[in-house]
Amino acid sequence: MRHILVFIFLAGSLASTLPACEDNTYQEGARLYQQHCANCHLDDGAGLGALIPPLANSDFLEKHRDALPCILKYGLRDTIMVNGTRYAEQMPGVPTLSSIHVTNILNYINHSWGNAHPPYRLDEVKRLLEQCKPGK
Amino acid sequence: MRAIILFSLALSLFFSCSPSGPKTLPILGERDVVNGDTIYPTIPDFAFIDQDSQVVTNATFKDKIYVVDFFFIHCPTICPKVKANGLRIYNKYRNDDRIGMLSHSIDVKNDTVAALKRHAEKLGIDSRQWHLVTGNHDDIYSIADNYFSVAIENPDAPGGFDHSGRLILVDKNRHVRSFCDGTDAADTDRFMQDIDLLLQEQFGD
Repeated sequence: MRHILVFIFLAGSLASTLPACEDNTYQEGARLYQQHCANCHLDDGAGLGALIPPLANSDFLEKHRDALPCILKYGLRDTIMVNGTRYAEQMPGVPTLSSIHVTNILNYINHSWGNAHPPYRLDEVKRLLEQCKPGK
Repeated sequence: MRAIILFSLALSLFFSCSPSGPKTLPILGERDVVNGDTIYPTIPDFAFIDQDSQVVTNATFKDKIYVVDFFFIHCPTICPKVKANGLRIYNKYRNDDRIGMLSHSIDVKNDTVAALKRHAEKLGIDSRQWHLVTGNHDDIYSIADNYFSVAIENPDAPGGFDHSGRLILVDKNRHVRSFCDGTDAADTDRFMQDIDLLLQEQFGD
């Protein structure tokens, strides 16, 4: 009887933590986004005028999926078109980010503010980051 | 007897909850009393150059209230958030002649008139209402004090400058009446209510 009670208790507490885990899927990405991205792209991913491109509902995220890990880590100096607007400001990269960090940030962005792009896998991000290692 | 006590209790509750007239914003800063007159701190004379190469002085904001901030274009930290909240204010009072906006660049070396012009265009703002100004280095850094704002050159700070992300509200009489943390959307909401209060007070809107 006692074992059953302990089992019920454990099962119950486990079940109650499960939804919490699910909610936290993008927690690390959200934290890193706040730390490294939100100052410019803003909390809601809206960007700023023709100075800072939006990340919410941005056609660039869809069209340039393979370029995003390198942009995050090493920055951007090219002029880009986002939703029909030309953006020419430089974006500083965050070279200290690991490939896990980059994956988490991108997946947070991909699932926030109405975005619904397919998730990045870690091995995919690692492969893409290989292509833009400094010195290459 | 009991009824009277209850009644007076209810009455006192009613009066304590009723508002005591319209709220007015205080004049901020330390005041002096000279010969029995109270002297409030005022914004001193200034002259800066905006994105259209126009000279901006106190006269630019004659019979207006105006919102002030300090920024620089290549700011890697708080500026875009402050500008985003500044844009919310701008959009709310767009084309309202009673309100001006004045953003001082603290990077006088890089933020030339041409650079400020490009910046204003990319923000999509009208230079008749929102002036992005540059000017004499010492003048800009010293007037920041009058607006209770921080502007310090610091090579160790991100982008090379320390500055506060405050938005400051100045009335028709050159008095600072309110401010908010321009990086905080909720605080900016509260600030916009203060703008409405000041419009009511000074224009009887």
